[in-house]
Amino acid sequence: MPPLLELRGITKRFPGVLANDRIDLTLNEGEILALLGENGAGKTTLMNVLYGLYKPDEGEILVRGSKVEIHGPHDAIDLGIGMVHQHFMLVPVFTVTENVMLGVETVKAGVFLDRLAASTRISEISERFGLKVDPEALVEDLSVGVQQRVEIIKVLYRQAEILIFDEPTAVLTPQEVEEFFKVVHSLVERGKSIIFISHKLDEVLEIADKIIVLRNGKVVGSTTPDQATEQSLASMMVGREVILSVDKPPAQPGEVVLEVKNLQVLDDRKLTAVDGVSFQVRAGEVLGVAGVQGNGQTQLVEALTGLRPIEGGGISILGRDTSKASPRQIIEAGTAHVPEDRQKDGLVLSFTVAENLVLNTYYETPFARGISLQNPEIEKAAAERIKLFDVRTPGIFVPVSNLSGGNQQKVIVAREFSRLIKLLVASQPTRGLDVGSIEYIHGCIVQKRNEGCAVLLVSPELDEIMTLSDRIAVMFKGKILAILPVEEATREKLGLLMAGVQEAVA
Amino acid sequence: MAQEQTKPQESKQPPEQSVMQKMAIRKGVFASLMVPFLAIVTSLILGGIIIAVSSPPVLAAWRLFFQQPLEALSLTWSVVRDAYVALFVGAFGSPAQIAQSIKEWRATGETRPLLEAFRSFSESLVMSTPYIFAGLAVALGFRCNLFNIGAEGQLFVGGLAAAYVGYAIKGLPAYIHLPLALLAGILAGAIWGSIPGFLKARLGAHEVINTIMMNWISFRLTDYLLTGPMARPDGLPITPEIRPSAYLPSLFPRPMRLHWGFFLALAVAFLVYWFLWKTTLGMEIRMVGANQNAARTAGVRISLIIVVTMAISGALAGLAGANQILGLDHRMARAFSTGYGFDSIALALLGNSHPLGVVLASLLFGFLRGGAARMQSVVGIPVEIIRIIQGMVIVFVAAPAIIRGLYRLKPPKEDEALLARSPGS
Repeated sequence: MPPLLELRGITKRFPGVLANDRIDLTLNEGEILALLGENGAGKTTLMNVLYGLYKPDEGEILVRGSKVEIHGPHDAIDLGIGMVHQHFMLVPVFTVTENVMLGVETVKAGVFLDRLAASTRISEISERFGLKVDPEALVEDLSVGVQQRVEIIKVLYRQAEILIFDEPTAVLTPQEVEEFFKVVHSLVERGKSIIFISHKLDEVLEIADKIIVLRNGKVVGSTTPDQATEQSLASMMVGREVILSVDKPPAQPGEVVLEVKNLQVLDDRKLTAVDGVSFQVRAGEVLGVAGVQGNGQTQLVEALTGLRPIEGGGISILGRDTSKASPRQIIEAGTAHVPEDRQKDGLVLSFTVAENLVLNTYYETPFARGISLQNPEIEKAAAERIKLFDVRTPGIFVPVSNLSGGNQQKVIVAREFSRLIKLLVASQPTRGLDVGSIEYIHGCIVQKRNEGCAVLLVSPELDEIMTLSDRIAVMFKGKILAILPVEEATREKLGLLMAGVQEAVA
Repeated sequence: MAQEQTKPQESKQPPEQSVMQKMAIRKGVFASLMVPFLAIVTSLILGGIIIAVSSPPVLAAWRLFFQQPLEALSLTWSVVRDAYVALFVGAFGSPAQIAQSIKEWRATGETRPLLEAFRSFSESLVMSTPYIFAGLAVALGFRCNLFNIGAEGQLFVGGLAAAYVGYAIKGLPAYIHLPLALLAGILAGAIWGSIPGFLKARLGAHEVINTIMMNWISFRLTDYLLTGPMARPDGLPITPEIRPSAYLPSLFPRPMRLHWGFFLALAVAFLVYWFLWKTTLGMEIRMVGANQNAARTAGVRISLIIVVTMAISGALAGLAGANQILGLDHRMARAFSTGYGFDSIALALLGNSHPLGVVLASLLFGFLRGGAARMQSVVGIPVEIIRIIQGMVIVFVAAPAIIRGLYRLKPPKEDEALLARSPGS
């Protein structure tokens, strides 16, 4: 019986980069295959080839033993290949039904939408695979975990047999991850086969039947959870020994750098997002803000960096009231901001790497004299910084959109960390990044903290919070439920707090 | 920072990659010139077909095709050929005439035939000039993601202001009067442009609507001023002649009308290039146009940039109007502009919102315009044919897939594909 899916010798080149180098991959029916690798290793490229978004330069794809040509997502979908992207492709103002049937609408008499037929089918799928969802709900009202279920239903609605998941657990709480794993098992029990792109070594070990590790475009290892450990996987991914924990000298907190008192912030819908939050961050310490996305962290960070007005309370940086300060004033006060959405807020994708590296410092000497930009200076600094921060790019004049997600993030880090900063506000700084990059950025953050910078780290990744923080605050529905020293914080305690269970602190 | 251990074997050093990068850039430039070039060629071919089809003798010949096939074909060819020859001569001048006049000038020192021979070429440059200014105005707006549909109106107020300073102020030497008149045109356009800019920045009111409305206001304002306060003493709706000290000087004697405005336009195009890519303000404008969110996060004051951009854009369009008055007409009449402001929108798109592209596109439009008049007078082809050709060029550039499909060109680089931007592996 031929394997369900076989990729043979897939090679894909981009200008200056060999993204996939003769990759062989086999997926059997009912199997869960995990694809691991650093940023730039070629995982997403490979999946984009499979899904028809790229045409391979060499190699072939076989489905059930027969060679196939995939010219676009339509072909892939016809072959039963469905992709659930890391960034959901949902229309917020449409219902679940409308989103799922978009593009394959069921019609009555040729022109009228038959929502009922679609929503019935959706309910069936929902029932069959344990994906609880309300077909009439508006997507924008749904939590991220439920939105993901909608994405999965989209794919099943189009009769996918092979499901590709790109970083599916990136935005889920520990509890939602458990739910997700149950869904995956139920999909497999009902005959589906799964390819799973992930960086989370512990999850991969838990869920996968087979693990394939890519590095620099090549397959460097094929193993199973029995034969591998987090350590061995990480080493394969990076090609050397990886240190999974950060060596941190004990914190020596100095003066108060950031002081937040009774902060009230509204979201875009004029609802309270931050509800009377107070805390301090001192020089030389990391305050981690844990919590599931959507509990006010985004609005908190926006308020602190001047991007959102405050309804009540006060913020001060080094004693100066910044409640009404502009983003530029806050930046000039020595604040660095690593935004949670790097492509939306942190970079101008059409600008070059060099330009992005001076995105908020272009007007200062030596990058400008008066109104005139000093390009040689900018270019010199850019070359230094990409070397120092190990940004993998064909050059500094390339549009930053050409870089992989991890390297884009490194550009932002290189930009912010090269300044003289007293306060670092980092929001999900390692979202979507590989082990090597995560290790690197964590190292940078700890170094800044050791140098005396105050760090506010906002992240839904518990591991990250627990590794880097000296104190941990948990945010739930706009309030801070507790602030614990890291020694007292356990996964269980934090998990409960993140879900709103306050007694856990006792 | 673990930079010592982190580099894997294939880490790419910048100097090595810059060769690959240069090749990619060169390929990209070539590719991006291919489509406009083929667009122009295709439009001329289609224009030729339209010329043939709209010519009664050709149609008559084709009705008799089966009796006299060669007649139909040769007539078609000669009609189209004559039309395009007329277009060419109207735009550039006749090579034979130019050669002849140079010989005469060499022999006798007579300049008059020389001037006659180069007249078409000079006219084409003259017609390109307001396109350059207005095209730059719209292109600058586009760089900030602002749609300045008000170039025409800004052109008008620029002309009015320049005309006023030109005729009303007495006794100034040229080196003060001319810059002053130009400045008046610039300021008038800047104010006119900054109003919609302010409305957008403060109230979020879309500039497309407001610039169009400002156009109408400026047309009526022109009507009012030209039939009242700024009218000539004899009552005609024309301003008095501006004083010679405010002229943009001609380069050559009559009949060549080429004036310094053309070179001013080129200088301004270079200035706009320098401004957008070599200054802090220009970078801010581009940032706001490319990604307003990132610009805001980086500390740029979005409202200010929007107003400033619209003001500068208006200033450039005002300069277009001033150019026409000070260099060409030397007074302002109601029938002042022939749609330069609106054409410039297409121009800016054709030129990819880049000053060099705008200059090239302006030259194209200007030369087409120059040739059209001759095509009409000598061969009887209506000037509207040129508008059709211009329109087709714009359609082809706006929808490059047509050209790509027609000529089997490669699709745009895959790494431009939207999904390549997703983060992760």
